[in-house]
Amino acid sequence: MLGESRARRILIADDEAPARQRLRDLLDECRESFPLAIVDEARNGREALEVINREKVDIVLLDIRMPEIDGLEAARHIAGMPEPPAIIFTTAFDAYAIKAFEVNAIDYLLKPIRVERLLTALGKARAAPPVTREALEAAANQPRRHLSVHERGKIHLVAVAEILYLRAELKYVTVRTAEREFLVEESLTRLEEEFSGLFVRIHRNCLVAREAIAGFERNAEESESGWAVVIRATGEKLPVSRRQHAVVKQFR
Amino acid sequence: MASINQTGTGIRLPNFCNLGVMLRALVVVNALLAAAAILRAATLAEAWPEFMLFAALGEPILIVSLAVLCAVRRGLHAIGYWPSILAVGLFELLVAWLVARALGGVLPLRGSLTQMSFLVLFITGCTILYFDLRSRALAPAIAEARIQALQARIRPHFLYNSINAVLALMRSEPRRAERALEDMADLFRVLMADNRTLAPIGEEVELARKYLAIETLRLGDRLRISWRIEGMPRDALVPPLMLQPLVENAVYHGVEPATDGGEVAIEAGLSGGQLVIVLTNPFPGEGAHPAGNKMALANIRERLQLHFDAEASMKSEVAGGTYKVTIRMPYLTAGA
Repeated sequence: MLGESRARRILIADDEAPARQRLRDLLDECRESFPLAIVDEARNGREALEVINREKVDIVLLDIRMPEIDGLEAARHIAGMPEPPAIIFTTAFDAYAIKAFEVNAIDYLLKPIRVERLLTALGKARAAPPVTREALEAAANQPRRHLSVHERGKIHLVAVAEILYLRAELKYVTVRTAEREFLVEESLTRLEEEFSGLFVRIHRNCLVAREAIAGFERNAEESESGWAVVIRATGEKLPVSRRQHAVVKQFR
Repeated sequence: MASINQTGTGIRLPNFCNLGVMLRALVVVNALLAAAAILRAATLAEAWPEFMLFAALGEPILIVSLAVLCAVRRGLHAIGYWPSILAVGLFELLVAWLVARALGGVLPLRGSLTQMSFLVLFITGCTILYFDLRSRALAPAIAEARIQALQARIRPHFLYNSINAVLALMRSEPRRAERALEDMADLFRVLMADNRTLAPIGEEVELARKYLAIETLRLGDRLRISWRIEGMPRDALVPPLMLQPLVENAVYHGVEPATDGGEVAIEAGLSGGQLVIVLTNPFPGEGAHPAGNKMALANIRERLQLHFDAEASMKSEVAGGTYKVTIRMPYLTAGA
């Protein structure tokens, strides 16, 4: 029973069925020297996050190239969890990612994976601290397609395309979609850098999605610049600061 | 193969039946005639009537020459480069003499027969020199294309994922694993081969099928394939390794980025005497793999131009969530 409880719970995430089968075979071989249980399989990053929300997972074998949400983005969402599972990246060939991983000291396995390498990686995953969010951010070459909200140990995804605006308040950033609001632990400056082009800064504490701008209104009382942005879908009016007044001209 | 040598590194006369070659010859010859007219005229204003006079004689010579050279090009290629140039030179003199005799009564011809012969030989020499230099300039591009075949056509991504898929099958389905390795061997045999000569499209289709068999192993029912090639003449000659990279692109950009996959449709057939190949795949837009795509397409476009000059075209378009590549090229067979 003692052995059972110590068994590491592993999730396999890969979009190719044979690749998942291969990992299963290899993990079976590791079982003797490394007690483990295969929790589930996922075909993309989204499914992987769903499994992690549902089950206790200790280690994720995460393929980098996957549809919808790729391995790197999934890892960035996972890394925001209070007690994230360890991540072992797998890839067949991805020149950019491999270079970025080397630079940021992130471990990865090259497919086809050898059982010895897998065993070493599993051992390391147990001992070493998890990959940091900063390292993953540095390694990623493209912006995320979702922001993740962490509530009670679970990951909620908010599609970046659905965000109307982002507003900084004290420690958090409020994410506003047409339906509701979320709080995320991110910095507004970082978000502005990551999604440059999609959002435009209208105030020291506010980024508005270009797509969400319905128009501008004269609003002398509440805004320093005398202008306010009208948000599509909700009709909210957000003040434009004096420094960002140029934005109004850019859109009009 | 158009203006490109087929054996070794030797240069040979261009294919005078090719529209591009004809146009180039037309431009070169007329430019030289214009130069001659300007030199001969006393003032620049008089150069125009002078040019008309040259052209009246030059154009029939050029057209007759191109028609005959097109007809006898196989014979010319057979006798070797230098003898064929000598033959063309003598032939041009003969044509010029015949045309001058035929038009002598109508046109106010000036200058002696020797002067005319000199001009004819000079223009012929310059034109052949132009084609010689052009094919020399393009020859390294073909060697380059071959190297790129190894580096770019088959993505390393595909190679390692395929090996991984075969490894996965080894224990559970050894027969399928064997089959996949055989397909991979065939694929790489073609990739490593000398791919400078044109190949029948039938072979290209077989190669693409083998490639797709390996991809199906990896992607399972995410990859759906539709072939519409009933009207395709299997003996039509195409640049080798043209279809497989296009299909690979379609899988990489159109099928892999979707969890549920997509359909790759390949159509080929004759239309208005031309060979037309159409490839379609879903276009996911957001989340598509960056770069890579353009390189493979540019490579194919370049090779089409090398082989067929202006007679081939390739265009790609995105419409209604579908990515579509259309290639048109002359219908050539080994016998023609």
